[in-house]
Amino acid sequence: MDQGAGLPQPSALELSRRAWRRSRARRSTLIGLLSTLLFAVVAYLVVTNAPGWPRVQTTFFSPSVAWESLPEILEGLWLNLQVLVLGGFLVLVVGLLVSLTRTLRGPALAPLRILATAYVDLFRGMPLIIVLYLVGFGFPALGLQGMPTSPFVLGTLAIVLVYGAYVAEVFRAGIESVHPSQRAAARSLGLDHRQTMRIVVLPQALRTVTPALLNDFIALQKDVGLISVLGALDAVRRAQILVGQSFNFTPYVVTGLLFVLLAIPSARVADALSARARRRQQSGSLL
Amino acid sequence: MRRRSLTLAALAASTLVLTSCATEDSADSDASAGGSGASCTPEDLDTLESGTLTVATDQPAYEPWFTDDSPENGEGFEAAVAYAVAEELGYAEDDVTWTRVQFNAAIQPGARPFDFDVNQFSITDERKQAVDFSSPYYTATQAVITTAGSAAEGVESLADLKGLKIGAQVATTSLQVLSDTIAPDADPVVFNSNDDAKLALQNGQVDAIVVDLPTAFYITSAELDDGVIVGQVENSGEGGDQFGLLMEKGSPLTDCVTEAVDTLREDGTLADLEQEWLSDVADAPVLS
Repeated sequence: MDQGAGLPQPSALELSRRAWRRSRARRSTLIGLLSTLLFAVVAYLVVTNAPGWPRVQTTFFSPSVAWESLPEILEGLWLNLQVLVLGGFLVLVVGLLVSLTRTLRGPALAPLRILATAYVDLFRGMPLIIVLYLVGFGFPALGLQGMPTSPFVLGTLAIVLVYGAYVAEVFRAGIESVHPSQRAAARSLGLDHRQTMRIVVLPQALRTVTPALLNDFIALQKDVGLISVLGALDAVRRAQILVGQSFNFTPYVVTGLLFVLLAIPSARVADALSARARRRQQSGSLL
Repeated sequence: MRRRSLTLAALAASTLVLTSCATEDSADSDASAGGSGASCTPEDLDTLESGTLTVATDQPAYEPWFTDDSPENGEGFEAAVAYAVAEELGYAEDDVTWTRVQFNAAIQPGARPFDFDVNQFSITDERKQAVDFSSPYYTATQAVITTAGSAAEGVESLADLKGLKIGAQVATTSLQVLSDTIAPDADPVVFNSNDDAKLALQNGQVDAIVVDLPTAFYITSAELDDGVIVGQVENSGEGGDQFGLLMEKGSPLTDCVTEAVDTLREDGTLADLEQEWLSDVADAPVLS
């Protein structure tokens, strides 16, 4: 709302309108605050007066248990983070390769396209936990020389297989959302298929799908906890062990909150990126 | 992988006598008459559904605790104990209904869909803060099992297990014994169930796994082709791992069920059932 120095003063009527709008804005902020406060108080009273509350409090929200379990769970979370970073990177590579394969043209390349489609259909449909079991216990059962037996490697492999299929579809949606005229224009400039993809199509596609990718990344953050079924001592499994020792469920709550803390930065980055994309796309059209 | 001299430990192990199954000492049969109080009859017991006793266990239920995943047949040690307790309380066999509750669901707070749960729940002070237990009906030691040809085969002391990769089921005393008593150099490998642990053992993903002794016998004799019991962990926990019937915290049945278990222990019924269903358990080498 910056006023240039040369502009004339707004009329008295306009000034009074602005004052009125400001007072309305203050009023609605106040009402919003009050109603939020009221809601919080009512919710607090309902929960704390529930007959089972003292028991829920000691079983799920015991501060001392939470504090004691924290170091152990953090140690496990470190493993989750390692899987997340390595897995996230590999998922991007696999997803991009598969989506590019699926969008290949030309009849001679049909087997590649069919293979990529079959991979996506199979691993997008199969529950992650089943893939984890099949990869984690099935591959070592083959008894091949040099087959890794570490839950870290096998778990990451299973996660990459499943998420690679999801992300491949996200990439493909992005690639297909680029208008055909862009391709046609690129070809008429003399670019071949690879150059068209690299210089014209992919940059536009990636920008479109960034929010969707970050959404999948947040889903991945939670699912890395599933590698615990293969015997890895990650945050979820360490919490489970602590719960088993005491029958106190606070370590689960602690683990859940840690995962939420992990997801919040990614969510903000996703918001900021999509806001930037919106600004950039609309800045051109304002001319 | 580190290996130390075996001789000393082997000597110690060979001279040790078995200490498991500590509760079967008394065979006095004078306890039955005075034991049961007047209030512990089906009419007075505040069960889930009056007149019937609802007993829970996990699905699937494993041997030798149950047979054929069917607790209703009364076969297997825990099924037999459950029916004996029911009889002691005055319930006919037909008045016992079985329900299936997952191990973890049984320990959650809130109302429970059973009168008591029999599922190899170990009694610990920490757990007692969340649930009620009857007095112990069995004392188990923990055992290390492996497959023929694995690095753990032929190991004769706990020290020699330290360099190996060993697994156990989550939330069990086996896991606690593994991490506290055996304390391997690498992190223990922790599985959702003994089935997963067995598979990993067969695949060579772990060198050995820790289970309770009766389960060890069942797994090595019936489930694994080349299963080997390495030995039982000496004195795993104080006097071993005691199993109790699990009830809701503050359940009105706790005293009566405990009394029934005490009576069964004193009149020798528990020892007889142990003899019937868990008799092979007697001779596994002791690791110290």
